Amino acid sequence: MDDRLPRASAATSGTTPPTMKISLGPLRYYWPRQAVLDFYAEVAEAPVDIVYLGEAVCARRHELRLADWLEIADLLAARGIEVVLSTLPLIEAEADLRLTRRIVEQARFRVEANDMGAVRLLAERRPQEGFVAGSTLNVFGPQALALLAGDGAMRWVSPPELAGATLAALRAAAPAGIETEVQAWGRLPLAYSARCFTARHYGLQKDQCEYRCLGLADGLPLRTREGVPFLNLNGIETQSAAVCTLVAELPLLAAAGVDIVRVSPQGEGTGAVLALFRAVLERRVAAADAAAQTQALLPGPPCNGFWHGRPGAELVAAGG
Amino acid sequence: MPLPSPPELVCPAGGLPALKAAVDHGADCVYVGFRDETNARAFAGLNFDDAALAAGVAYAHRRDCRVLVALNTFPSPEGWPRWTRAVDRAAAQGVDAIICADVGLLAYAARTHPSLRLHLSVQASATNYEAINYYRERFGIRRAVLPRVLSLAQVEHTIAHTDVEIEVFGYGSLCVMVEGRCALSAYATGSSPNCQGVCSPAKAVRWEPLPDGMRTRLNGFLIDEFTGAERPGYPTLCKGRFDVEGSTYYALEEPTSLNTLDLLPALIAAGVRAIKIEGRQRSPAYVAQVTRVWRAAIDRCSAAPSSFTVDPAWHAELNRLAEGQTQTLGAYSRPWR
Repeated sequence: MDDRLPRASAATSGTTPPTMKISLGPLRYYWPRQAVLDFYAEVAEAPVDIVYLGEAVCARRHELRLADWLEIADLLAARGIEVVLSTLPLIEAEADLRLTRRIVEQARFRVEANDMGAVRLLAERRPQEGFVAGSTLNVFGPQALALLAGDGAMRWVSPPELAGATLAALRAAAPAGIETEVQAWGRLPLAYSARCFTARHYGLQKDQCEYRCLGLADGLPLRTREGVPFLNLNGIETQSAAVCTLVAELPLLAAAGVDIVRVSPQGEGTGAVLALFRAVLERRVAAADAAAQTQALLPGPPCNGFWHGRPGAELVAAGG
Repeated sequence: MPLPSPPELVCPAGGLPALKAAVDHGADCVYVGFRDETNARAFAGLNFDDAALAAGVAYAHRRDCRVLVALNTFPSPEGWPRWTRAVDRAAAQGVDAIICADVGLLAYAARTHPSLRLHLSVQASATNYEAINYYRERFGIRRAVLPRVLSLAQVEHTIAHTDVEIEVFGYGSLCVMVEGRCALSAYATGSSPNCQGVCSPAKAVRWEPLPDGMRTRLNGFLIDEFTGAERPGYPTLCKGRFDVEGSTYYALEEPTSLNTLDLLPALIAAGVRAIKIEGRQRSPAYVAQVTRVWRAAIDRCSAAPSSFTVDPAWHAELNRLAEGQTQTLGAYSRPWR
């Protein structure tokens, strides 16, 4: 855990150029309770600066309740990790709002708002404390970001489809002091629906879904009729089948003004991904060489098109 | 007890002829967009330049119909002046409201044109009253268009907790994803509703004839394959047939279209203030027919909601327009729940 101490201060220390921080995004799949607890026990030992916790996909999932997430949060915070509690990306029912209010009202941890309803609650109830503007808030320009900063956002997560060049322009015109976070690893959260596509696949109604997500550590792969991996069904969320990997682009991200690179949890090997990112950021592994090392860690074909201003599914060669 | 006031009928117009068709057949409002990516139906050959908009506003206003301008994509940093100019152009033409999604653009409009009425676009993904009230407090929005994902009970609950007028989709194509939170088209083609104002754009489509059918592709991805008597449909990404664990089916959404005529009394009773017809990409003839049916239905239902029944001729007419697609009540009734 020797690498734990410098990570908290790296971004703020004096004259050396700031190093990007590494975050672990919320667990997007529905794992059995013990698997989740084991996973975060490992995360506590991993080279990560920020961890997002909580249910950020489906309001029906309940293996862990808020109190359980808060226990994990305490465990991680005790290791010097910044903890952020994520909120639902689709708030329809009053019960969803109640959960969001409870997350906002716990005063111990920062909150990632994934819906404008959460922004309103945060601005109203925790005006002094910065929140994270999640990627579903659709910040595509500096004016939108300035507005959310005025509401108390201290960080924003770029929408998956935002190109690197656009992000750099946005960042340059954005208010000073607000942190920029980009998903740099993992299947991309592309769409949300009121409808559950996993339940639909199994011929079940959403309200009687039998929690089939529980058996799917990485979601449910969807291929074209020619067998090409295309999307990944994860309950009400539709993900990319391809795994966004911006390891080779890390110097470009830093140059564009990205402060935090996000790794999205996957069924196997998340710790190794975090370690690889840390190695690249600490220049123990060259970014150009890291791409080769990702091969064993990829649970699907790699993609990086969005960053390069291309269709997200594409893989643009290094230097492309 | 007084009857609830009838909801406004909000009809689409992709051009001046469609606008006139909507006005002539009983629309209370028509909604339009400019000829660029500032709106979410930025299709080639569609939409309004300043002269057409001026003519449209004059035509509609003479007949007591309002004109709404959709400026509901998210401005890029370099494109910002184009979006703000679009707001200015709409305001200068004396339109009755603009329909926006981006918080930056809403702030600009509220600041620069304080008397211009603001509607919250469906692209803002506001599915709950806390979100809607956020936009009201910040920008003074007067109306919000709900994404096509809420049940009728949820629509009702939302209306009870905000003084913002609520508009819902009543008829037309159906997005199964929350509008504004879907990057599927961007993932496959590089163009999205959020940023470029298009979904599954025609330039990315390839129709590939087979000896006994047709394959449809989107930027190379096989979206569907039709054989025999199957009628090939446009490859909208979420309406394709895909393979999941060895079974091939409409994994996300059947190619159905939304038709809520049967729910009209419930929508009115819930306090819905406006009903939106989807389809700025549709022909003037289509707009005329749908507008006529919905005008008749709203008038009859508002006059006598308790005895309202759907005229079979209305369904027959709308069914013809739906191009053989089955029609659904969508999320309002949630058969999949």
